[in-house]
Amino acid sequence: MRGAVVIAVLLAVWQGIYAYAGDAAVSSPLVTLRYAADLLGSAAFWGHVGATLLAFAYALVISAFLGVAMGLWLGLRRFAGDVAEPVLAALYTIPKVTLYPVMLLVFGLGLSAKVAFGVIHGLIPVVLFTLGAVKHLPPVFVRSARALRLSGRQSAMFVLAPAVTPEIVSGLRLGFAVTLLGVLIGEMFASQRGLGFLIINGINAHNVRLTTAVTMLVILFAVAANAALLALDRRMHHGV
Amino acid sequence: MTRGGKVLATRVGLIAGSVALLEAACRLHLINPLTLIPPSEMVVALAGMLADGELTGDIMQTFASIGVAFVTAVAAGFVLGAGLHRLPVVRRAIDPLLASWYAVPVFVFYPLLVAVLGLGNLPLIAIGVLAAVPAMMLSTLVGLDRVPRVLRKAARMHRLGPVATVWLVVLPAALPNLFNGLKLALAYAFIGVIAGEFILSTGGLGHGIAYAYEAFDNDAMYGRMLFVLLAAVVANGVLYTLEVRLNRRRGRA
Repeated sequence: MRGAVVIAVLLAVWQGIYAYAGDAAVSSPLVTLRYAADLLGSAAFWGHVGATLLAFAYALVISAFLGVAMGLWLGLRRFAGDVAEPVLAALYTIPKVTLYPVMLLVFGLGLSAKVAFGVIHGLIPVVLFTLGAVKHLPPVFVRSARALRLSGRQSAMFVLAPAVTPEIVSGLRLGFAVTLLGVLIGEMFASQRGLGFLIINGINAHNVRLTTAVTMLVILFAVAANAALLALDRRMHHGV
Repeated sequence: MTRGGKVLATRVGLIAGSVALLEAACRLHLINPLTLIPPSEMVVALAGMLADGELTGDIMQTFASIGVAFVTAVAAGFVLGAGLHRLPVVRRAIDPLLASWYAVPVFVFYPLLVAVLGLGNLPLIAIGVLAAVPAMMLSTLVGLDRVPRVLRKAARMHRLGPVATVWLVVLPAALPNLFNGLKLALAYAFIGVIAGEFILSTGGLGHGIAYAYEAFDNDAMYGRMLFVLLAAVVANGVLYTLEVRLNRRRGRA
């Protein structure tokens, strides 16, 4: 019910913008939906979707595992964490698109450049969230683990992991979104395949319907995936 | 040496070591000079461009856009966040949208923004604002959520009016999160404006990098990249220092 109202409001806003800005800028909701339906029925489009999903899957796996591992290590080695945290925060602020010439020179056109783009976007937020989770672990947990004489492995499994998991899920949620963004940006410049390529192609060829439809589909995917992760996140934080 | 001093020294040493390593790898041609020029040459290129005044116009244009986008995003994000906080029904409805905003490549709206706002700096500023507003909104919401209920009760016991309550109790209590919002908003405005320039515009620092890349002018490209990098690091460092000071004052109070 609530969702329906939101969608109705968004569609109304969209229609309003269309009425104001006209065909050159955006296609109307109805036309876009029809065009999107056509796209979903064409095999070529699914080829682009597959290319994006493949690069996204690689980038997400690398960002998630490497990010959590680095975050845990930096969080447990407090000194290393203190040294690294501001550096990572500063790296996060850099407009990473501007590094694209370097990425292209290093990785060449194609899959590896897209994956690398996803990883440079997604890795740092995951590291920072994990690091924060470990660093702000209530000291009483650590002391209880010691009082119960848990071994290193036991305290990692029964104390550390459950305590930091909710924050890590929040970090992965952000990492998911930003990695997708990175992959799409990578496709816009470093690829001849994928949804990002379709978008930039539409912009360059003034194919407004294509751009609008693909953008809408990407947003739908991102919002749906994020809603699922958000539900998981909430459940974790409320400790069911 | 204090612990903080040691941390700082290690950090500086680590960065200096990495730069030196990069320099050596470039000088020994382990890295193709067509791919990456040595850091020292980037510095020389940047210094040359700064001395010539070649970059002045671009810097002014870019930072003016970032500044306007940042201020607008902070004001709008704060007002919208506070408004949403008062309307839990609306908030629950658009929460997933807000949370997944950062998966949307904002600059795909550029053609639309040009059609609505015309050519010039306004569409770029709008991209910066669109990138930064959600972060400020989310931080405002979190900050207002975390105001302890006992503080609101205390305000009521002192019979503070609504304005006094917000000014004297709610805002100070939410300050750390609001500050975090400022930090994020600056970062995203920075990223949005420069990325927008890079991809779409015909002026500014971001465009300069893309232009130099297409002209195979490595000195100009890496010089500008270095400038953007340094600007991001300096802005971040200033905010980080301010935040540490803010937290220390709160800790004492």
